[in-house]
Amino acid sequence: MAKGREAEDGGEDRAEGGAVDAAELRGRVRELLAAHPPGAVSPEEFLRARFDAGLAWVHFPRGLGGLGAPRSLQPVVDAELAAADAPDNDPRRIGIGLGMAAPTILRYGTEEQKQRFLRPLWTGEEPWCQLFSEPGAGSDLAGLRTRAVREPGGDWIVDGQKVWTSSAHTARWAILIARTDPDVPKHQGITYFVCDMTDPGVEVRPLRQLTGEAEFNEVFLTGVRIPDAHRLGAIGDGWRVAQATLMNERVAIGGRVLPREAGMVAAAAATWRERPELRTPELHDRLLSAWIDAEVARLSAERVRQQLAVGSPGPEGAGLKLAFARLNQRISGLEVELLGEDGLRYGDWTMVRPRSVDFYGRDAGYRYLRAKGNSIEGGTSEILRNIIAERVLELPAEPRTDKDAAWKDLPR
Amino acid sequence: MTAPTQPADRSQAHPAAQVRPAAPDLLYSDVEDDLRAAVRDLLADRCPPGAVLTRVEGEQPYDPELWRLLAAELGLAGLLVPEELGGQGATAREAAVVLEELGGAVVPTPFLGSAVLATSALLRCDLADEAVVGLLGRLAAGTTTATLAVPLSAAPGGDFPATVRADAEGRLTGRVTSVADTPGAGVLVVPAVGPDGPGLYEVAAADASVGVEPFSSLDLTRPLADVSFTGSAARPLPSADAPAALDAALLTAAGLLASEQLGVAQWCLDETVRYLGQRHQFGRVVGSFQSLKHRLADLWLEVVSARAAARAAADALATGSPDAPVAVAVAQSYAAGVAVHAAEEAVQLHGGIGMTWEHPAHLYLKRAKADEIALGTPGRHRATLATLVKLPPPN
Ligand SMILES: Cc1cc2nc3c(=O)[nH]c(=O)nc-3n(C[C@H](O)[C@H](O)[C@H](O)COP(=O)(O)OP(=O)(O)OC[C@H]3O[C@@H](n4cnc5c(N)ncnc54)[C@H](O)[C@@H]3O)c2cc1C
Repeated sequence: MAKGREAEDGGEDRAEGGAVDAAELRGRVRELLAAHPPGAVSPEEFLRARFDAGLAWVHFPRGLGGLGAPRSLQPVVDAELAAADAPDNDPRRIGIGLGMAAPTILRYGTEEQKQRFLRPLWTGEEPWCQLFSEPGAGSDLAGLRTRAVREPGGDWIVDGQKVWTSSAHTARWAILIARTDPDVPKHQGITYFVCDMTDPGVEVRPLRQLTGEAEFNEVFLTGVRIPDAHRLGAIGDGWRVAQATLMNERVAIGGRVLPREAGMVAAAAATWRERPELRTPELHDRLLSAWIDAEVARLSAERVRQQLAVGSPGPEGAGLKLAFARLNQRISGLEVELLGEDGLRYGDWTMVRPRSVDFYGRDAGYRYLRAKGNSIEGGTSEILRNIIAERVLELPAEPRTDKDAAWKDLPR
Repeated sequence: MTAPTQPADRSQAHPAAQVRPAAPDLLYSDVEDDLRAAVRDLLADRCPPGAVLTRVEGEQPYDPELWRLLAAELGLAGLLVPEELGGQGATAREAAVVLEELGGAVVPTPFLGSAVLATSALLRCDLADEAVVGLLGRLAAGTTTATLAVPLSAAPGGDFPATVRADAEGRLTGRVTSVADTPGAGVLVVPAVGPDGPGLYEVAAADASVGVEPFSSLDLTRPLADVSFTGSAARPLPSADAPAALDAALLTAAGLLASEQLGVAQWCLDETVRYLGQRHQFGRVVGSFQSLKHRLADLWLEVVSARAAARAAADALATGSPDAPVAVAVAQSYAAGVAVHAAEEAVQLHGGIGMTWEHPAHLYLKRAKADEIALGTPGRHRATLATLVKLPPPN
């Protein structure tokens, strides 16, 4: 039965001569390693060669870093390359590109855009950020007011302010949504762009977080010029394109399939084993039930991964992210408490601008504080519950007054 | 004592927990989907919730005709029995799907006691022995129904029960409390300690020396009885290791019970969503109030999580994975709470009608609460897990 599914998944590859299987992937990895020995070439060179060999993300199409293979075969490649000590693309540093920009470009981009953006995105040479949220538009993202106006020459000029932009200080490109028509209802007047973060009109200022660090930023856009060739999808269709990004974002944050006892529970379990003097019966029971919830969340993510061997995530991804946030907060809170007196220490409050987004790093105090963002970033837990209730359970929406009026006439 | 220095990234699994099970198959196969559809059709026809209520109030909680159809026509009685012994040769994966459906309709049937508990114990006995093969054949054909004489609360990993003794002639004396699925059971498979140690025995339930005393159970749809033996004639069911056979049966049943709990929870969620989607108060559909939508979204998340856990346990049991004890402990301790929560929410969110005897919600609540105790409480499974994954209790 598993066979039947895989044959289906590999279907899109059939025209090009048969579905790709694990044995073939191993062969291709061997060829890659022979032609580009990781010790002898630079990491960039190796990663470019890996992309060109179709071993970056095997479920992507040929020519775009993949082989049209089932997504479930990616671990085969990753394991072989890890065993050979090959360099990786540091997913924690380029998560927004990998998790959000890439699937959106793949789905809505032109052939030229795919060719231009995907390779350096994947190798990490060109990191991405996400210019969606604004001071006045967070949960109600469709209310955004950043304006993009078309010049007679065809370029777009963008003015506005974005906020909470993770990694804007390291990003080369951004996915950006802006209002192109204020005279129609809010969801209809939005267009989706790729924004050049080196444009002189882009100003990035750090915003310090409760962890002490500044992982996110505010971004001021003043007369930023975007060529029409960097528009993603049709004019006015940006809300639909953004939905693809947001669904992928939820799976990217909450849907990573980790090994058993990895992620937030790893540190708490390790502390439990290493420090018997901290153990109490009550903490034991809480640790075990947290361990079980983590294992169940892992299995749920695995089940979604199996359902989704190819294709894009549906609203079910919201469930993974909701579970992930709750679990991370609960376990990191438990860990600080378990540490007792040592839980009173915090590593370092110095303001830094980190190069990667890290949920699990540093110490227990950091993990506890950073986890608070998990139920806000990528859609708050309240909004995710709305999505599950309305799109999965099909319960009626609450009465709304903002859906059909022109955006410019909405009260604010 | 100073804090140990912590490496920058502690998200990697500790070696002690690195049983790295191959990813279980968590989806449903086409065969499983077909089986589900067949069971569901039959139940919709023969056993709507109203009929369950009438039946459990009557003399005969089990509908013998329904069980005959399930057991013989659909072949559920012999689902786990290999084909060469007269069964269907299916695995725990298919049995799990059946239990989802039986749970979803709170059907009073002896499937768990006969086709899962008794059958699984027999399958670990000596399959060259005439008595074992003969009994398995009759169970698979649906001509005989059995139950395993252990308290429904018995958990895997416990001691072999010592409340029944076998004498040198193989006669049994003793008492077992809270045995499930005795109505209609022609045979009791009895764990007993004889002169040569623990063993399993076949006893005819109709024997005059066997006392079956039903009591009124919390779960109306799974009746229980205390069973006593006074020098009862018994046929030994030989096995190399009777405690292991019994434990395997309890592990299988505990793992599969998670699927029954999933079925219970799914019904409660679906029915509550349906009801709140049509009930009006304050000039609005009640299901459009956000506080209720959020509760139902949380419940949905619990149910999909329970599904992943239950599928993992069924798959581990089906493939004989060494990870099965962990998968079962996880599934059982998780799904038990989900079923209870779903049933409690169903009662609450139906308002007054949820509190009535007429509405079926209480049947699910009672099944869910009894299932929480059945085959080991969540706390018991957590304690087992603590040993398995090396998270020891305080000294
Ligand atoms: C660590 C971090 C990183 C981030 N990175 C990025 C990024 O890279 N790019 C980017 O574009 N954005 C980013 N965000 C922004 C994030 O997406 C928004 O903060 C989030 O969508 C919430 O919007 P808001 O902050 O305006 O809160 P608001 O929308 O004002 O919400 C305030 C409160 O009201 C609740 N609420 C709002 N509407 C409803 C409703 N209809 N029903 C019930 N409750 C409701 C919310 O859940 C919340 O609790 C990041 C946020 C964080 C914390």
